[in-house]
Amino acid sequence: MTMSEANKQQGAVQTTGHSWDGDLQEFNNPLPTWWLWGFYLTVIFAVIYWVIYPAWPVGESYTKGVANTITYTVNGEERTTHWNTRALLMKEMQSGQDAQKMQAYMEKVAAASYDDILADEEMLAFTRAVAKGLFGDNCAACHGSGGAGVMGLFPNLVDDAWLWGGTVEQIETTLTEGRHGFMPAFGRSLDDGQIDAVAHYVLSLSGHEVDGDMAQRGMQIFNGKEGGCFYCHTQAGTGLESQGAANLTDSIWTVANVPGQDSLEGKLAEVREVVENGIERVMPAWDERLSDNEIKLLTVYVHELGGGQ
Amino acid sequence: MTETDVQLYQKRVPIYPRSVKGRFRRLKWGILTLAYGVYFLLPWLPWDRVAGPQQAVSFDIHGRRFYLFDLTVHAQDIFWLAGFLVIGAFLLFFVTGIAGRVFCGYFCFQTLWTDVYILIERLVQGERPARIRLDKQPWGGGKLLKKGTTHLLWLLVAFLTGLSFTLYWGYAPELFTGFFTGQAPFPAYATTLFLTATTYVMAGLAREQVCTYMCPYARFQGAMFDRDTLIVAYDEARGEGSAGRHKVAKGLKTREERQTQGVGDCIDCGYCVQVCPTGIDIRNGMQYQCISCALCIDACDTIMDSMEWPRGLIKYTSDKAQHGEKTRLLKGKTIGYGVILLSAATALIVSMLNQVPLDISVSQVRQPLYVRLSDGRIQNSYEIKLNNKADLSYEVRLDVSGLGGAELDLGQLEHIVLHPDQRLQLFVKVRMRPHANQPEKKDFYFVVEPVGAGDIPQVKWPSVFYHPDD
Repeated sequence: MTMSEANKQQGAVQTTGHSWDGDLQEFNNPLPTWWLWGFYLTVIFAVIYWVIYPAWPVGESYTKGVANTITYTVNGEERTTHWNTRALLMKEMQSGQDAQKMQAYMEKVAAASYDDILADEEMLAFTRAVAKGLFGDNCAACHGSGGAGVMGLFPNLVDDAWLWGGTVEQIETTLTEGRHGFMPAFGRSLDDGQIDAVAHYVLSLSGHEVDGDMAQRGMQIFNGKEGGCFYCHTQAGTGLESQGAANLTDSIWTVANVPGQDSLEGKLAEVREVVENGIERVMPAWDERLSDNEIKLLTVYVHELGGGQ
Repeated sequence: MTETDVQLYQKRVPIYPRSVKGRFRRLKWGILTLAYGVYFLLPWLPWDRVAGPQQAVSFDIHGRRFYLFDLTVHAQDIFWLAGFLVIGAFLLFFVTGIAGRVFCGYFCFQTLWTDVYILIERLVQGERPARIRLDKQPWGGGKLLKKGTTHLLWLLVAFLTGLSFTLYWGYAPELFTGFFTGQAPFPAYATTLFLTATTYVMAGLAREQVCTYMCPYARFQGAMFDRDTLIVAYDEARGEGSAGRHKVAKGLKTREERQTQGVGDCIDCGYCVQVCPTGIDIRNGMQYQCISCALCIDACDTIMDSMEWPRGLIKYTSDKAQHGEKTRLLKGKTIGYGVILLSAATALIVSMLNQVPLDISVSQVRQPLYVRLSDGRIQNSYEIKLNNKADLSYEVRLDVSGLGGAELDLGQLEHIVLHPDQRLQLFVKVRMRPHANQPEKKDFYFVVEPVGAGDIPQVKWPSVFYHPDD
C-alpha cells in the first residue's frame, strides 16, 4: 500500500513535513502522474510543431519549419513556399473542391448562349453572384456600385433607356470596344435666342408645357440646317443608338438634370447648358483588361440590372 | 511523515469495485440495457422516406441535413440547437436541484461504459479479491492471458462503440460493409479509430479519474445543490451511535446488545467502500467524487437484510432530512428552472411543428432605392432568396400582392424550378406608375406559390416599394 493510498483510506492529507508555530502544517495534495505526463506531451508537441510549421520570430525573419511546403501557380508559373495560410488559400482557390465546382460552373456558363443563361434561373444566379464582384472591381468607380451612374457624367445602367442599345449583343460591344459619345457645342454656331428656342422644343418633346411659339421656332432649328440636331437625334427626337444619341422624348435624362429642377426656367437652363457646350463622354474598351468570359458575365449582369431589351 | 516522502505527483490508486445485487443495481442494468440498445441498434432502424436515406436517424453532414425519424433538420434550423442546449442545461439544473447527481450515476456515458468494462473485468478476472491478487502476482502466463483477454474485450467494445457512432453519419448497411472492405471514406475510419481509442482510455484506463479530474460538471454541481437536494448519505447517528461503529463481535451481535453499549448499526464490513466505483467511503460524508450511483445503498441494504435490521443506514436523503427537518421539493429555484424548461421545450416543439418547407427572404436593392423608367414609371429591384427544404422538385410562381397596378419583371425567366434542398437567388424588378398624393413608400407582399408540390403552402414575405419624393 502506497503512502497516498494509506492517507486516502484514513481520510488524512499528506503533508510536506513543514510546520510552523507548532501546529500550522503545509499540506501536499499532489496531482496525478498522468497529468504530469500530459504536460510533458504538450511540450513535445510544441517542439514537433516548431520543427514543422512557422513558429518563432527571429530578428526580422522567423523560423519557417521544414518539409511542409505548398506549391501553387501564379499566372501559369509554379511557386513553392513554406507553409502559410496565404499560400494555403491560393492553393485551395485553385485546386480545392469548391474552386473546382465553381470552375465547372464557369465553363458551363461560358459554353451557354445568352438566351440560355437569361432563361435559366440557376445560371442567372451564378452569373449575378460572380459578376457582382467584377462590376464592383471594374465598373463601380464610374457607374456606382448599384449601377445608378452620375447625372451628366456616367449613364445610369439601372433604368431601361440605353444610349448605345440594350440588347446583349450591343451591351457586349459596349463593354468590349468601349464607346465615345460626342455632341458638338452649339454655342458658336447658334446665338442665345436660337439655343433658347431649341431648349424649348427639346423640353416639349418629352411632354413639358412650354411656350408654343418658341417651340415652333426651336423645331425649325432642330430639324433644319442651322441646328442639324436631327442628324443624330432623328426628326422625331427619339435618338440614334448607333451614335449613342439620347432619346429626347422619354422621361430619362442622362446629361441635363431636368427631373432635378422644379421650375420650367430651371429645366430650360439645364437643356440650354448642354446645347451650348456640347458633351463628350468616353467609356474605355475592356477587352484587354477582362477575359471574354468575364465580359460575358458582366454583359448578363448589366442587361439584368435595368431590364435589357 | 518526513520531507523525503513528499511526492509532487500522485500515482493513481487502483480501485477494484466489488459486484453487488440490489434494486439500484437492477435499475442501473435496466437503464444500461436500454441505452446500449438504443445506441447500437438505432442506426439500423429503417425508415420510409421519399428522398434521403432510408434510415430513421441519419446525420448527413455533406448534404447539410439531419434526419430524425419524420423530422428533417436543415442548416437553417441551427437555432434549434440553441433551444436543445437550453433544454439540456436547464433539465440538468432542474434534476440536479431535486435529485442530485442522478445523471452521473445512471445516465452518463462514462458511468455506463465503465460499468460494462468493470463487468468484463469481473467476468474474466474474477471478483474483487481475485483481481487484487492478480495485480500483485508477478507477470506470468496466467496473468498475461487474463489481462490480455480483458483488454481485448475492452478494445472490442470500444471498437463497436466507435463503429456504431460512425454509422449514424452514413447509410448504415452500406457503410458497415464498406468499412470492412476498405470502401468507406477516410473520415469513417478516423472517427472510428478516435472513438475506439477514447472509449478504451476513458472507460478502461481513466475511469473514475474522468469524473474527479476531467469532468467540469463534478466541479460546478455544488452550485445547484441545496439542503433539499437528494444525496446518497450515511445515517451517521444510527450507524455510529455514541460509541462509534464496530464489527460484529462477541457481545456485540444483536442490535439490543450493541445499543446498550452505545455501538451503532454500522458493522464496519467495508462492503459499501468496496462496491464504490470511485473508491470513496460514503461514511465520511458528502464528497465531490460521489456520483450518486447508489451501489453503496444496495451493498448496505444487503448487509442490513442479512442482519435482519431495518434498511436505510445508507440511503437517498437530503441534508434537511438528516437534520430532522422537512424536505421541500417545490421551491422558487425548482419552479423557476421548471418554467424555463417548459417554455424552452414548448418553443422548440412549436418551432419544429411549424417548420416551413419553403423558405423565402427578400431584400430590397437600396442602391439606387428606385429608378425612373423612360415611360415615367418607377422601378424598384429586389433580391429574393428561395430555399427548398422539401424532398421534391417543384416549380414556384412569384407574384406581388397589395401593390395595385404593379408589374413584376422576371426577365426571360419563365419557369423557376426548385430542386430538393436547392437555394436560389433571384433578381426581380417591380414597376409601378406613380400617381398623385402617394406615400413615399408602400408596403406590399411577395407571394411564392409552389406548383405541383402537394401540400406545401404558399409563402408571403413583406417588402416595401419606394417612390421618388415629388
